[in-house]
Amino acid sequence: MEVIQPILAHFNHWITIFLLVAGLYVVVARGNMIKKLIGLSLFQTSVYLLYISPGKIFGGTAPIIDDKIEVYSNPLPHVLILTAIVVGVATLALGLGLVVRINEVYGTIEEDEIFTQEDDEE
Amino acid sequence: MIAHHLPVIIVLVPLFGALLSALTKRGAVAWGIALIATVLTLAATIGLLGHVLHDGVISYEIGGWAPPIGIEYRVDMANALVILIVATIATVIMPYARVSVAKELAADQQAWFYTMYMLCVAGLIGIAVTGDAFNAFVFLEVSSLATYTMIALGQSRRSLLSAYQYLIMGTIGATFYIIGIGLLLTITGTLNFVDLAARIAVTPYDRAMLTALAFITVGIGLKLALFPLHVWLPNAYARAPSTGTALLASTATKVAVYLLIRVYFNVFGISNIVGDVPVLELLLVLSIAAMFFASFVAVFEKNVKRLLAYSSVAQVGYMILGLSMATSTALTGTLVHLANHAMMKGAAFLAIGAVSYQLGSVSLERMKGIGRVMPVTMGCFVVAGLSLIGVPGTVGFISKYYLVVAAFEKGWWWLAFMIVASSLIAVFYVGRVVEVAWFAEPSKEAAKLKEAPLSLLLPTVALAAACVFFGVDASLTAGLAEAAANALFGGSL
Amino acid sequence: MRLDVVLRVVTKLMLPFMLVFASYVQFHGDYGPGGGFQAGVIAAAALILYALMFGLSAAQRVVPTWLVEKLIPLGVMIYAGTGVVSLFLHENFLNYSALSHHHPVHGQEWGVFTVEVGVFVTVSSTMIAIFYAFGGRGR
Repeated sequence: MEVIQPILAHFNHWITIFLLVAGLYVVVARGNMIKKLIGLSLFQTSVYLLYISPGKIFGGTAPIIDDKIEVYSNPLPHVLILTAIVVGVATLALGLGLVVRINEVYGTIEEDEIFTQEDDEE
Repeated sequence: MIAHHLPVIIVLVPLFGALLSALTKRGAVAWGIALIATVLTLAATIGLLGHVLHDGVISYEIGGWAPPIGIEYRVDMANALVILIVATIATVIMPYARVSVAKELAADQQAWFYTMYMLCVAGLIGIAVTGDAFNAFVFLEVSSLATYTMIALGQSRRSLLSAYQYLIMGTIGATFYIIGIGLLLTITGTLNFVDLAARIAVTPYDRAMLTALAFITVGIGLKLALFPLHVWLPNAYARAPSTGTALLASTATKVAVYLLIRVYFNVFGISNIVGDVPVLELLLVLSIAAMFFASFVAVFEKNVKRLLAYSSVAQVGYMILGLSMATSTALTGTLVHLANHAMMKGAAFLAIGAVSYQLGSVSLERMKGIGRVMPVTMGCFVVAGLSLIGVPGTVGFISKYYLVVAAFEKGWWWLAFMIVASSLIAVFYVGRVVEVAWFAEPSKEAAKLKEAPLSLLLPTVALAAACVFFGVDASLTAGLAEAAANALFGGSL
Repeated sequence: MRLDVVLRVVTKLMLPFMLVFASYVQFHGDYGPGGGFQAGVIAAAALILYALMFGLSAAQRVVPTWLVEKLIPLGVMIYAGTGVVSLFLHENFLNYSALSHHHPVHGQEWGVFTVEVGVFVTVSSTMIAIFYAFGGRGR
């Protein structure tokens, strides 16, 4: 029990780390450009969790000031992550846009096939 | 009234320039807007610099919310210098952009190019001016997204590939940076640089803090193309439109270097970093590796744009070298090199862009004898090349002088030797281009060419002249850099 | 006549409710969860649903591409412009308290309201622009 307790106490961080590494692995290991972008998105999403989960205070409520309430959750991480989500969406949209264009000019979105085409040119 | 708002105006003007450029369809109109915006930004920056010199640190509260709750824009000598570099380069390139962009880009893409150009400038200035760690991330992404788009607008289909690769690497870098900032937020509960520094100073230096430092270092390291995280840079620089390359090469990495310096000196505190984990030693090794490896690769590169890009990786090595020595003289060397490298790489890329404009190619084979038909352009390239080597009388010498002196102050004579030795490799890669351009017989194709148009020449000559001027009389640049280094060491953020 | 009558009718029935819900989220942002970002996405989703059911050209008759492209910078301009207005009222950038002389809190309310309008315009038109850009490919 003593071994499991510290692991369970930080379960949010374990999930974060799992998502983070999984996302990064997909980016590195996959040759398909769309899959790379999915991995990248997963990687970014893990960071949202890293920020949001410590912001939750048990027993705390939404941070709108009221006389009856004393404990509030920390609103700052939510605001930050809303911004980060927008950034993530913009990056993903631009990435997908590039992939569409790459597919049009190269006829494929597999990185190794594109590199063979590049080598033939040079 | 305006004077008080200058810190935010320098971000707003390029931002509005970008928005107005996006509203128009015509490239020429967008260029006009961008020109006005850059000139206004430069004027505001000079005004701001005057204020900082006169009054010391300027703090501006966005939305009237006092820091550390609100976002604070904080300008001291260090960021005033960086902002000045960005604003100056962005303005100087503008006359060049008109002709170059009109030739390289399709008519319906030109207005978008200027939008991205201005957005990139706004983002870079934003990173430099903000005193808030998360705000810096937002501006980092604004400038990065604009950069990806700018690269994708390049002529060849490989531009798309380079933009995609840079997008993946850049996003990983930026995400690493916010992971680090997120950990710091969890430890200290604040995002304001000043407040962070104060709280970190009284927090025990534990593993979480070290992890944060590692994530931030790698994240920014990706952005500033620290060896071995530089692989995105050569392709991105080589395939972007010439104007974009010149802007990126002379500003983007500099701002990232600034951010790293800021985090190291004013957030973690350099004495803290010197602690038990050899962070600075690691940076020292990596920067020396960059100086030698990247210069060495550049010697064998056939595409001149890629050659210069690899040279940029090597030059970033010198900047990080100064940071890793962590003395006042070395930091002065780094900061003065930010300015000097902006001038020389700006001049070099503009010259090569002009060659590409006339010749339609930047491969060494096709550039045979180009110096004889385009003497002014290639003359500027020679000056920039001499600066890259660090010949006395050029700006490159000034930077390396400070670094060598700093190495001797530390008693590291071997480091001084390595700085000089790596400069010798630069002789080879610059020499190869100069040899082909000046001493080879012009091919039939090259012999028909004429000198580049005046609007391309003027910015190139201006930057090349700056390389010589500030190489002979470095009191302005070195003076600013010294004041900036003192500000960083004083911890007076 | 194609056999997707049910989908078409349901879509037409849903559209007004989606748009009303978007404006609810937009204007109720002061009191509950919501705001320009969410509202913009919902409004854009309504148009995208319309485009999916009735074709891209039908959607582009309602909201033409050129309009969308102009609205994106315009929304940001509304946002940043609100901040600039407070500059002219001798306050710091984005300090909405300046918008109302006697009641700073009302100034804040108006400031955030205008900013949210700007966010709505930019977000919805960006979403639509992305959809148009991808949907219009290869035709």
